[in-house]
Amino acid sequence: MNDELDDPVSSELTDDETALLNEMPELAGLGLTRRTFLAGSLGVFALELLATEEALAALALPPDAATATKAGGNVVKVAFKVNGAARTLELDSRISLLDTLRERLELTGSKKGCDQGQCGACTVIVDGRRVLSCLTLAATVEGKEVTTVEGLAKNDQLHPMQAAFIKYDAFQCGYCTPGQICSAVALLDEARRGDVSHVTEDVSVTTTRLTDDQIRERMSGNICRCGAYPGIVAAIQEVHSGRQTQHTWHFADEEQLARVRKEDGIETV
Amino acid sequence: MRPFDYVRASDPNGAARTVAGNPQAKFLAGGTNLVDLMKEDIERPNQVVDVTRLALKEIKPLRGGVSIGALATNTETANHPLIRSNYPLLTQAIVAGASAQLRNMATNGGNLLQRTRCQYFYDIQMPCNKREPGSGCGALQGINRIHAIFGWSDKCVATYPGDMANALYALDAVVRVRRADGQERTIPIADFHRLPGDTPQKDTNLEHGELITAIELPKSNFGKSAYYLKVRDRASYAFALVAVAAALEVDGGTIRNARVVLGSVAHKPWRSREAEAALTGQRATEATFRAAAEAAMRDAKPLEHNAYKVELGKRAIVRALTRAGGL
Repeated sequence: MNDELDDPVSSELTDDETALLNEMPELAGLGLTRRTFLAGSLGVFALELLATEEALAALALPPDAATATKAGGNVVKVAFKVNGAARTLELDSRISLLDTLRERLELTGSKKGCDQGQCGACTVIVDGRRVLSCLTLAATVEGKEVTTVEGLAKNDQLHPMQAAFIKYDAFQCGYCTPGQICSAVALLDEARRGDVSHVTEDVSVTTTRLTDDQIRERMSGNICRCGAYPGIVAAIQEVHSGRQTQHTWHFADEEQLARVRKEDGIETV
Repeated sequence: MRPFDYVRASDPNGAARTVAGNPQAKFLAGGTNLVDLMKEDIERPNQVVDVTRLALKEIKPLRGGVSIGALATNTETANHPLIRSNYPLLTQAIVAGASAQLRNMATNGGNLLQRTRCQYFYDIQMPCNKREPGSGCGALQGINRIHAIFGWSDKCVATYPGDMANALYALDAVVRVRRADGQERTIPIADFHRLPGDTPQKDTNLEHGELITAIELPKSNFGKSAYYLKVRDRASYAFALVAVAAALEVDGGTIRNARVVLGSVAHKPWRSREAEAALTGQRATEATFRAAAEAAMRDAKPLEHNAYKVELGKRAIVRALTRAGGL
């Protein structure tokens, strides 16, 4: 792992990632490490997950489970658009939009956090409004347009909100990030419409200018366990108001690293 | 989740007939509560009738007041110009609840029908007369910090958790419902939710198969002299411990008319006529508000872990009235 950290990032990056790195050289070193981690560990996670899901699916229903539905009787045909592409699926009436996106359409950007509407990791945009895909039955999106985090970028051009999240280091583990970004994108539309929030002083007055307090309140449906909130607020504020906030972080340079190593009594890392 | 037949309703009468004809059928609107409860195996419908395509979304003037479609979302309602300008208390109450995502999904009809957040109701390993009539109440002798201080019975100490209904109560709302035979009836908001008594499994006085079509508000003289105060464990995105919908009509410094409705203290929104009597005809001063708060809490019956709601409730009432009165 340490050798790889020192490697210049190059060969394994996509064109998108290379372009991003050219714009933001401070990101160098992160991509490869993350990629190596994913390649090395995802297989094990995925296998475990698969085993768990199969075990759950095989669980017998309680003896008094509803019997009105015959086997296969609860299949629903649903046609809807996802990130601009028309999709028609035959689905179990019970499946959530979140599971449909992840398990049937291989759009794994939307994340399953709590699966009960308390965390916001599954936030997607349906017909222009942010909603929780974990509490949305897929059957109900017939004829609607769903936008997930995968649909925000235009070809190789990141959505301004995505770029701002990177710029302001608005995440740590990244698990809540797709939901945060979808939520933030929809929030800007709500602000343009003049929607009120809990911290709006006079609800009869249309305000479209968001303070940081307004952003915090309006993003309260997206929980970040890593506590990246300051970066999230700064990213949204910049896209909303154009107000640039100075970077509050940077990668340690060689001189700083050497100093720390010396203080810790470690000669080489 | 147990299997169910999914049906998409195309007209209100048909939807009401379908549900009325099957004791195990449920209407589905925003799904923010029902789908969650189905995942937890608390709600077990074998047929789900999706009513979200019905034309019951309009918010329009009605006899000096307003008619709010049952299937308008909470977001659409809170932000509608008629509501923002004439019923700011309702806007405040709606945006105090849940998160932006949930308010975009949740409908007004569904909001009225949300079920309690009592932890013992949600925990299927525990007894709960609301979930399983006759099984007992886990909360009565359990951790009852979030539970009722008014109107509870030894069968159930759960609270109604919503915000919107508290404001609707203060604004004298009427709930319009469609029956399976196509007839309509109206239910004053005061009689919509009920106290638990011996049948806590019934949250409301709606009959099975009755479909909420609209919520109607008469003309209001409270205007901006109203305030919704919500006190909770965190600043946002949490259910109330105590909420107060306060509204005043003040003429020359004297209170002509007042509404005080408390949330999350009983099995239904709790209107305090004692507080209102202590306000009416008095000067709009802090001393009057304190007297009203004392009157509101005089008959409170706290449980082992929620005595704090009595003092919290008093202070919340004083603050809400102070904001409503513009003091």
